[in-house]
Amino acid sequence: MSAVPGFDVERIRKDFPVLTRELPGGRPLVYLDSGNSSQKPAQVVETMRDHLTWHYGNVGRALHVLGSESTEAYEDARGKIAAFVGAPSRDEIVFTKNASEALNLVAYAFGNPIGEDERFRMGPGDEIVISEMEHHSNIVPWQMLAQRTGATLRWFPVTDEGRLDVEGLEELVNERTKIVSITHQSNVLGTVNSVSPILARAREVGALMMLDASQSVPHQAVDVAELGVDFVAFTGHKMVGPSGIGVLWGRRELLDAMPPFLGGGEMIEAVWMDHSTYAPVPHKFEAGTPPIVEAIGLGAAVDYLTAVGMDQIKAHEKELVAYALEALPELPGLRIIGPRTPIARGGTISFTLEGIHPHDVGQILDDVYGIAVRVGHHCARPLHLRFGIPATTRASFYLYNTTAEIDALVRGLHHVQKVFG
Amino acid sequence: MIAESMYQELILEHYKHPQGRGLREPFDAEVHHVNPTCGDELTLRVKVADGGKVLDVSYDGQGCSISQAAASVLHELATGSTVDESLSVVEEFTRLMQGRGQVEPDEDVLGDAVAFAGVAKFPARVKCALLAWMAYKDALMRSQG
Repeated sequence: MSAVPGFDVERIRKDFPVLTRELPGGRPLVYLDSGNSSQKPAQVVETMRDHLTWHYGNVGRALHVLGSESTEAYEDARGKIAAFVGAPSRDEIVFTKNASEALNLVAYAFGNPIGEDERFRMGPGDEIVISEMEHHSNIVPWQMLAQRTGATLRWFPVTDEGRLDVEGLEELVNERTKIVSITHQSNVLGTVNSVSPILARAREVGALMMLDASQSVPHQAVDVAELGVDFVAFTGHKMVGPSGIGVLWGRRELLDAMPPFLGGGEMIEAVWMDHSTYAPVPHKFEAGTPPIVEAIGLGAAVDYLTAVGMDQIKAHEKELVAYALEALPELPGLRIIGPRTPIARGGTISFTLEGIHPHDVGQILDDVYGIAVRVGHHCARPLHLRFGIPATTRASFYLYNTTAEIDALVRGLHHVQKVFG
Repeated sequence: MIAESMYQELILEHYKHPQGRGLREPFDAEVHHVNPTCGDELTLRVKVADGGKVLDVSYDGQGCSISQAAASVLHELATGSTVDESLSVVEEFTRLMQGRGQVEPDEDVLGDAVAFAGVAKFPARVKCALLAWMAYKDALMRSQG
């Protein structure tokens, strides 16, 4: 039972049939890898199945009944997602294939000769600011942008406790800065970053600010208008929705000012042989046939999360992470990489076990106990280099996890230590 | 209990007590191989005598039990044998590792390396086992080059 009033984790687990699965050898599944990708409730699967079975057509261009039904469901999903993240307008929700594409879309708006807006001009002398706790999706697109334009890439360091080090904020974010792009919640450390001081400084110097919210939107109520940043990227598959669908939210006025990203059908207004004019947002950024059923599935995921209640989910995960932060250190030689208090952190805990490589940890947990964790550098290699370790084992929790599963993890880790001790 | 078949006692022994670990002089060739997906790293040196006898295989690195134990077993098997002999062991070991658990290992050729047979059933771990062996093959080619 959860200690959160009105939150019945056992009832929620019934919506996720996979959680009742028995793995070969009679092991029950203990899924602690939602930071990697979450499981899907029957409601999402059923919505997608129903649409594919009875309503499917292409969107935005087919005039027949199926085309209209698909278009309506696809655009409905956009509206649901806009409401879910507090977007002032549904036209500010751009569907992408994942958060990486959303981040790339914004990166390609800078220093792009098609664009004319001063805020997106970029060249030598200009600066891009990210942080050392980013995963590769929020590093590589900006490295490539710096290479294309001659701009300089800079970053916030990370403290030993796994918090963003904002000591040098004034110097780091300065008159040369064009964009600051940081994670809202670290996929390794679990750290939830405080946005407002950085945003305030960005505003002071006239820089734009983007948040990679892939790890926050699934786990807490995120209101983009309240955050006040310019762009937010997140992905469907980490928030009980399908893979293949991601979201870029951007302020309307900026999206209007940006050049298109991919060219193709549906993103145009009119095409001549030698030039084209472009559709208004969001369609300007949605070239070609989009992931239709995936978008509709994400709409259903948002309905599901809203029905459970994002504040309830956040409270439940806080219980889980507090429990795990108590239980894990009882293992000798276990080192948590990230904040050791359940304050301003989410339900993701990465750790090392002295003398035992994470791949060995993960293999034994999986093969002996059916415990699914992630091992490796979690697409955040620079952060691991920062802590002087090649890899970690990561347990990440979601609305369907229980304290009993954390007990199973601790038991499993004791066994791992026995095997390799 | 599937993993039990992978973590053979011999593998765990080599992991806990690696044989021939540490980089030594003299050497003819040095290579550095990495496994980008898991961050395993290995630096390996070979010293070959004129007659083709492998005088030393020395190595250092970091990684999981499978990759480290495989380097230790390689050191034992290759040192003191000839280039040709050891390459035939590398070939048999590679065949075993890439056999998805369907290959019957030739114990006469493989010796202790036969303990890795269970690893072949775990595609994600095959490259861990092969890291040192591929590095060795690479180092030999460079030393002959």
